[in-house]
Amino acid sequence: MTTTTQATAVTGAVGTAHTRVEGRDKVTGAARYAGEIPFDELAHGWLVLSTVARGRIRSVETAAVLRMPGVLTVLHHGNAPRVDSDYVGMLGAPDPTSAVFQHERVPHMGWPVALVVAETSEQAREAAEALVVHYEEEPHDVAFSAGHPDAYQVDGFMPAVTEKGDLEAELAASALVVDAEYTTPEEHHNPMEPHAATALWDGGRLEVVDSNQGTAWVASEIANMFSLDPASVRVRSEHVGGGFGSKGLRAHQVAAVMAATGLRRPVRVVMTRRQMFSLAGYRSPTTQRIRLGACADGRLRALDHSSLSLTSTVHEFVEPSAGVARVMYDADAHHTANRVVRLDVPTPTWMRAPGEAPGSFAVEAALDELAEKCGIDPIELRVRNEPETGPVSGLPFSSRNLLACFREGARRFGWADRDPRPGLRRDGRWLLGTGTAAASFGAGAGPSTAAMTAEADGTFTVRINAADIGTGARTALTLVAADALEVAPDRVQVRIGDSDFGPAWIAGGSMGTRSWAWAVTAAAGELRERLALNTGIPPEGITVRSDTTAAIGALAQKERHSFGAQFAEVAVDPDTGEVRVRRMLGIFAAGRIVNPLTARGQLVGGMIWGISMALHEEAVRDRASGGHYGADLAGYHVAAHADVPFVEADWVDDPDPDDPVGIKGIGEIGIVGAAAAIANAVWHATGVRHRHLPIRPDRVLLAGAEAEAERDA
Amino acid sequence: MREFGYQRVLDVSGAVALLDADPDARFLGGGTNLVDLMKAGVERPARLVDVRELPLDRIESTTDGGLRIGATVTNSDLAAHPEVRRRYPALTQAVLAGASGQLRNMATVGGNMLQRTRCGYFTDVTKPCNKRVPGSGCPAIEGEHHNHAILGASEHCVATHPSDMAVALTAFDPVVSYETADGPGELPLAEFYLPVGDTPHRETALPPGALITGITLPPAPVAALSRYRKVRERASYAFAIGSLAAALDIEDGVVREVRLAFGAVASRPWRATAAEQTLTGGPATADAFAAAADAELAAARPLPHNAYKVTLMRNLVVAVLTELAEEASR
Amino acid sequence: MAPAPSTYSAITLNINGEKYTLPVDHRTTLLDALREHLDLTGTKKGCDQGQCGACTLLIDGRRAVSCLQLAVAAEGREITTIEGVAEGDQLHPVQQAFLDLDGYQCGYCTPGQICSALGVIEEHAAGWPSAVTDDVRPEAGPPPLSAEEIRERMSGNLCRCGAYVSIVQAVAQAAEVHAAEAGEAAA
Repeated sequence: MTTTTQATAVTGAVGTAHTRVEGRDKVTGAARYAGEIPFDELAHGWLVLSTVARGRIRSVETAAVLRMPGVLTVLHHGNAPRVDSDYVGMLGAPDPTSAVFQHERVPHMGWPVALVVAETSEQAREAAEALVVHYEEEPHDVAFSAGHPDAYQVDGFMPAVTEKGDLEAELAASALVVDAEYTTPEEHHNPMEPHAATALWDGGRLEVVDSNQGTAWVASEIANMFSLDPASVRVRSEHVGGGFGSKGLRAHQVAAVMAATGLRRPVRVVMTRRQMFSLAGYRSPTTQRIRLGACADGRLRALDHSSLSLTSTVHEFVEPSAGVARVMYDADAHHTANRVVRLDVPTPTWMRAPGEAPGSFAVEAALDELAEKCGIDPIELRVRNEPETGPVSGLPFSSRNLLACFREGARRFGWADRDPRPGLRRDGRWLLGTGTAAASFGAGAGPSTAAMTAEADGTFTVRINAADIGTGARTALTLVAADALEVAPDRVQVRIGDSDFGPAWIAGGSMGTRSWAWAVTAAAGELRERLALNTGIPPEGITVRSDTTAAIGALAQKERHSFGAQFAEVAVDPDTGEVRVRRMLGIFAAGRIVNPLTARGQLVGGMIWGISMALHEEAVRDRASGGHYGADLAGYHVAAHADVPFVEADWVDDPDPDDPVGIKGIGEIGIVGAAAAIANAVWHATGVRHRHLPIRPDRVLLAGAEAEAERDA
Repeated sequence: MREFGYQRVLDVSGAVALLDADPDARFLGGGTNLVDLMKAGVERPARLVDVRELPLDRIESTTDGGLRIGATVTNSDLAAHPEVRRRYPALTQAVLAGASGQLRNMATVGGNMLQRTRCGYFTDVTKPCNKRVPGSGCPAIEGEHHNHAILGASEHCVATHPSDMAVALTAFDPVVSYETADGPGELPLAEFYLPVGDTPHRETALPPGALITGITLPPAPVAALSRYRKVRERASYAFAIGSLAAALDIEDGVVREVRLAFGAVASRPWRATAAEQTLTGGPATADAFAAAADAELAAARPLPHNAYKVTLMRNLVVAVLTELAEEASR
Repeated sequence: MAPAPSTYSAITLNINGEKYTLPVDHRTTLLDALREHLDLTGTKKGCDQGQCGACTLLIDGRRAVSCLQLAVAAEGREITTIEGVAEGDQLHPVQQAFLDLDGYQCGYCTPGQICSALGVIEEHAAGWPSAVTDDVRPEAGPPPLSAEEIRERMSGNLCRCGAYVSIVQAVAQAAEVHAAEAGEAAA
C-alpha cells in the first residue's frame, strides 16, 4: 500500500500533558524488565563476593560446589577468560571492578570473586553460599575523615581547583564570616529494579538483555572489554526500573557474558539487594569546609569551598561538590577545591546530581547561616549575590532565571509572612520552621543519532537509542517527533533501548531527553524535506538518519544551566528528635518543559530524593570488617510514603535559545538544594544548625540538649 | 538457602510430634521473619512444619473479661479486632506501628513473639555474632550500635528485640500458652524472654520443640486508656529506635495504676517496673513522670553511640503520660 | 532421627482464577514461582527480603509480599497478581488512576503499589484503623481515607523514583470510585 502523508498540520503536543505511551503496560504488569525476558535453556548465575576488605584470594574450593545439584560451572580468577580493561570508553576508562575474575587481589569487601552458574536460581544461590574461598587477609583502611593524610587534589570531570583573589585578606576584611564544616554520608542509588543481565550468543552475535542507562554505551564497553567487533554486540533495555547513575557497565553483565560464552547457553545474573551495596556504585561521603566572608550588606567578599570525597584503590572517581559555587555565587576572593582519598572501599560513581547534591547542601546551608548573621532575608541575600557572568569562567549565562524562581516561589509559598527568628512556632508537640535554598544543574547535550521512517500506512517510526529509566523519555520523544513532523502523537511510534539503533547519549547528566530530542528533530526536518518531494512512500517506508555531533560541537561556550528555588516547611518534635517535612515547593527554570505531566513527576521525585537525603539516607560502614552494616532496605532507609507530604513543583518560562526544542534537562535539578532547604527549615524550627546529614532523631535530640546546655551556661 | 522438607499440619499434636522428631525442623507461620533469615543463611532448617492452618486463629473473650488470642491470628486481624481496640488500644497501635500492611497480613502472633533481632551483625553471616554463633564475639559493642540496647544487655550481646506487639503485650501481663510432645504448658510473658547473660542465643524459656498456641491477656481496666508511641528514623515501615507502651489510671490527680513498657532499648520488651512503682500512688505531674523515667533509666548502660536513647525514653515517658493524663481528665 | 524429607513437591497454585500445576523446589518463593516458572513477571522483585513491597500481590484477597511466601505454602489459596487485576481490556479504577495521574515513573514498583492499593481500599472499607488513626477504638468509627491515612497504609511500598505524591492522589481517586460503586451496589 502506498499512501501520502498529506494531512492537516498538527502541533502543540510539546508542552501539553500526555500520559505515558507505555503506561498501560506498566499498570498491567505487561512491561518486561531485563530479568523477565524468557529464554530456552536459561541458566542462572549467582555472584560470590569477598568477605574480606583487603588481601588476596588463596584458593577457591570449587570441587564440592561443582558436585551440588544443578551446578554447571564456577567462574573465578583461576579459570575466567581474560578481558581488557585498558581502554578509554565513552565516559572514560572503565572501573576495573566490572572486569571480574582477572586476578587474586581483593581491594574491598564485597569484591566479586566468583560466579556460580546452575540450572535454577535456588541451586545457584545455595551453591554460591556454599562456595568456600580462602583469603590471605591484609589490614584495611575504610575510615573516611576530613583530616585523612592521603587526600589529594584531582580533576575528575572538572578542574580540581579554582582560585581567584586573596582569600585570607578578604576574610580578614569581612564584616561577617561563616566558617563551618558540613558532612554528607555514603548514599546509594537503590533503584527498585536490581541490576540484571541475560547474555547469550545468537547467530554469531552476543546479545545482552540488560537494565542500563544507555545500551550503545554498555554495548561498546562490552565490545571493548571482550575485544569484540562492536557490530557483533547487541544490548537491549526496553524497560528500566530506575538507574539514577548506577546502571552502566557492572560486574553482572561481564560475568554473564563470560558464563554464556563458556556454557554456550543463555545465562542470567541478577544482583541481590545486598550485593548492590557493593557492586552498583554509590555516592561518596563528603566532608566540606565552607568559609564565607561578607560585607554588612551581605555581599560576598570571600568564598572558600573545599570538599573531600573518597574513592577505591582501583579506580578514581571524584564527587565534585566544590563545583557548585563556580556557577552560583561570585566573591572578590573565590576558592574551590575537590580532593579525594583512596580507601579500601568500592568505587563510588555518579548518583543523581553528582557534586551538586552534596555541594548544594553545604553552600546553601552556609548561605542561610550568613543570612542569619547579616540579618538579611535568605532570598534577599541571594539577590544581592547574583552574578552577572560565570564566577569562575567569566562566560555569559545562556539564561539565568534564578531570581524569577525565587519570586514565584516566595509568592506561592507565602515567604513574605515569615518571621525570620527561629524556634517560635509550635503546633502541639511540633516546632515548625521554613527554609529555602537555590538550585542549579548543568544543561548540556551529547551527540546522538536517530532514524526516522515514514511508513507506508501514514505513521512514523522513530528509532533512537534512548533509555527511559522512568524519566518519560519515550513519551517526550513521541511528542517532540509529532510536533516536528506536524502530526498527532498517535501517528508516531518511538522505539528505544536497543544498541542496534546506533550511538546516542545516555540517560545521564540530565542530558538524555535533550540530546535525543535534538536528533529526533533533525531527522524529522530531513524527513519532511524528503516527503515534500511527493514521490510517494514505498512499502518499506522512507527512512532518514540524523547525527547531531556537528551541531552540538558548534555550540558557543557559555555557562549553561537550569536553576531553581526550593522551599520547605518542617515540623520537629524536640522530645523525640523526629523531623517531618510538611510541604515543599520547588520552582524551576529548566528549559522548555516537553510533557508537564511527567516533568512534574521527575522534578517532584528529585525533591523527594532531597527529603530522603536530608532525613534518612546513610550507608554505615563497619570499620572492623570494612563492610557495610545493615546493607539492605531496612537498614538503609529511603523515604517511604509516610515521609512525603504534598510536594509541588512548577516552572517559569525558560526555553533554551540554543536548543532546537528549547530543552535544558530536568532529571537532577530537583534534588539540588532540597536537603539544604530542609536543614535550613529545621534551624528555623529549632534554632539549631544541622550540618551533618542525615538529620536523624538522635542528632536532633543531642543537638537540642547541647544547645540547652549552652543557653544555661 | 539449603534444601528442606515441608509439611503442612492441621492439628497441634501432629505439629509438635513432627518437631519433636527432628531437631532441625522449624515451625513456619507467616514466614515474614523465618524465610528472610533462611535467605540470609542465618536459619538453615532441614524441615519446615507449616502451622498456619492450625485451628488457632481465634480471638475470644475469657470468662474473667480478658482475651485469648490464638497463635496463628495474623497481626492484621489482631489489630482490627473490636475487643482488642476497645480494651487494649495500645496493643492495636503497637501492631499497626510494626512492619507494613502486607507483612501484618502475613505475620502471626506466635511468630511475632519469636522474632529475631534485626541487629545488622546477626543478620550478616559474614560477621561474628554471639547470638548466631555462640562464642564468635559481639562486634556491635566496639562497632555499630547506634540502635542497640541500653538496658539489660551484656558484654556478650547488645541487640534489641524488634517486636512492637510484644512491647504492648508486656505492659498487660499476659500468659503464653504452648504445646510440646509432652503436653501443654504456660509461661507468663514476664518470664518468656530470657535475660541475655552469656547465652544470647537462648532467647526464650520455651522448651525445645514447643509450639506457641496462644496468648491470654488478663482483664486490665487500666488498658482502656493506653497508648503506644514509636520513634523511628522514617515515619513508617521501620524498626523502632525507641518505643513506649503506656497505660494510666488516675483519680483526683493521683496515679492509681500505671503500666509502662519500653521497646527497642533491650534484648526483650522491657517492663519498666521501677518507673511504675515510683509513680503509683503519687501525683500525675510532668515532674513525677520524669522522676519515674529516671528511676527506670538509672539502670541504663549506654554505649558511646546510643546514649541518646536514655534521653529519648525519658522524653517519651513524660510526653505520653502527660497526654494520657490530659485525656483522663477530660 | 527422621528420614531426610523430600525437598520438592508437586503443587497446584490458583492464580487469577486459573490453576497451574508445577513441581517446586520447597525453597522457591511464590515470587520466583511466578517469575521464573509461570512467566507471570508482572510481580516484581525489588529486595527479596520483605523490605520494599515491589512483590505485593493478593492472597485470599489480602495483600502480601510474595518474596517471603513460599510457593509450596501458597497451595490452596487464591492468588491475584497484577495480571489478574484488569477485566480484559478494561483497566481496574486503581490502574486507570495510576495511568491518568502518572502514579509511577520507572514502573518497577507499580504492580506492587497497585496491588497494595487494592488491599488498602478493602482494609479501609472493612473499618481497619492504621498507625495514624487518632482513636482506634471501634466506637470512634472508621477514619476517613485522608492523604495521611493513605500514606501510612501505603508505606510498605517503596518508590525510589519518588512518585509518592501522584500515587497517593491515584489511590484517593480510585477509593472514591470504589466508594461510589459500593454505594450504587447498596442502593
